[in-house]
Amino acid sequence: MLELDGVTAAYDSTPILRDVDLAVAEGEIVGVMGKNGVGKSTLLKTVIGLLEPTAGTITYAGTDVTTATADERARAGMGYIPQGRDVFPTLTVEQNVRMGETVNADSDELLYDVLYDYFPVLEERASQQAGGMSGGEQQMLAIARALVSNPDLLLLDEPSEGIQPSIVAQISEDMQAINEDLGTTILFVEQNLGVIREMADRCYAMERGEIVAELGPAALTDEDAIAEFLAV
Amino acid sequence: MPNGLNLLFQFLDSFAFIVLAAAGLAIIFGIMGVINLAHGEFIMVGAYATTLANLEAGLPLPLAMLVGVLVTAMFGLVVERVVISGTVPNAIGRRVLGRDVVEPLYDRLADSMVATWGLSLVMVQGVRLTLGNSLDQIGTPLGKIAYGGFSYSSYRVLLAGVALGLLAATYLAFTRTDYGMRARATVQDDDTARALGVDTERTYMTTFALGSALAGFTGALYAPTITMVPGLGGSFLVEAFVAVVVGGPGVVLGTTLAGGLLGAINALFSNLVGTFFGRIALLVTAIVMLRFLPDGITGFLDRLRQRRQEGA
Ligand SMILES: Nc1ncnc2c1ncn2[C@@H]1O[C@H](COP(=O)(O)OP(=O)(O)O)[C@@H](O)[C@H]1O
Ligand SMILES: [Mg+2]
Repeated sequence: MLELDGVTAAYDSTPILRDVDLAVAEGEIVGVMGKNGVGKSTLLKTVIGLLEPTAGTITYAGTDVTTATADERARAGMGYIPQGRDVFPTLTVEQNVRMGETVNADSDELLYDVLYDYFPVLEERASQQAGGMSGGEQQMLAIARALVSNPDLLLLDEPSEGIQPSIVAQISEDMQAINEDLGTTILFVEQNLGVIREMADRCYAMERGEIVAELGPAALTDEDAIAEFLAV
Repeated sequence: MPNGLNLLFQFLDSFAFIVLAAAGLAIIFGIMGVINLAHGEFIMVGAYATTLANLEAGLPLPLAMLVGVLVTAMFGLVVERVVISGTVPNAIGRRVLGRDVVEPLYDRLADSMVATWGLSLVMVQGVRLTLGNSLDQIGTPLGKIAYGGFSYSSYRVLLAGVALGLLAATYLAFTRTDYGMRARATVQDDDTARALGVDTERTYMTTFALGSALAGFTGALYAPTITMVPGLGGSFLVEAFVAVVVGGPGVVLGTTLAGGLLGAINALFSNLVGTFFGRIALLVTAIVMLRFLPDGITGFLDRLRQRRQEGA
């Protein structure tokens, strides 16, 4: 479904991602873990197209999208949830979700009912300004916004950041359920060990912009093996 | 009584003028972070196209006004592609030199002001060279309202109604249409908007064309009331600029509040001490506002709202 081959990316001229190879198969939940500042957000920005790679290729659903713009990739079926959620603060909750209708232009089915089942608070507070909601609620809103038109691939940047532990656990469960119910393929980045173990089928470890290890399902049960890549 | 009425009509007149002059400028500033100093000349294009369509081509006035709006919108579209977004020069640059030659002017206030100021000079001179120093003027339609010894142009009263209608339409356009949602999302966070499938380039292009169409509309509406000279945009620009400074980045609310406040100040001072002082009072208001509310009324309201949310 998604394949990165030798992807290198930079802000201005400072290289951040180095020669990243990574693949996500349809239906998988794949995690990328790494400490603060290793380049996880940069990786997702490069996948969605907010940053153009300086080398390498990105293939999505069999098409080379390396030079496609972010809006083209979104319309081709990639949903994206940025770190810190980035809901549109002065739009209402409902208007925020509606902004996601442009994602996955091929889909003729909108998932308002499904998503309001997962996150009833979004329906209850539909006409409220999004900027006034709590971190956890904004995360749910950003998930609904990215999923409303049923994208094939969801890119999720640190869903646990700044959110209460109880809600973090709920969101990981919801993401797994969404993956099963809707068949959404998920690529997420995290530094929260619990979330990685809970959500990922498989995981890459990143250090200083490079993929340094790949952990299968068995390795994911080994807490020490994971902690090694997250230790400060 | 006539004095009170006089004051009311002067307020309506001034409110309409400020709102209609400012609307296009405010939209382009609020959504794109671009100050179009050629805004007055865009209004001139609308006024000229309307006048020529009516007097030379013989179209009825409403149709001639539509021509004025469309011509200005098309002109704005070309300016956006060539000057504001730099798409055209960059396409040529890539072909000839193999690279981009300019950066878009989005969110670059000072650069956009320099570029559009240059454009305004070219436009005024261009019109003077091709069409001369003045055009015949369309007569003001609709006659006068009389009340005792007092009389007032009905057309100018109509303009106040049009200004209110325009504010309402703009409000609906930004809150109820897909374009409006995309535009607001783009202003708040253009990366996230793009990552959600919004073609932000296209949103900017549409916004500039819309702002230009509004400038053309203003020119069309005022064509029957002003002298047709190439520099006619100057007085529109001054009041529009003051209104945007006072109103801040919130397009509809800012323009409404600025139109109300400045219209009242202008009417009051014009009535008490004369038209000249009415305009001076506007400029003084703008300077005082810049000192105390540097991002305008709506910028101030935004900050209040943010503080409340962070406190909550
Ligand atoms: N917009 C930017 N411009 C320049 N450097 C950036 C920008 N964003 C991130 N960086 C740098 O890139 C590196 C990787 O950042 P990021 O991808 O955000 O890491 P992570 O998400 O893993 O915490 C950091 O050193 C950071 O300082
Ligand atoms: Mg990050």
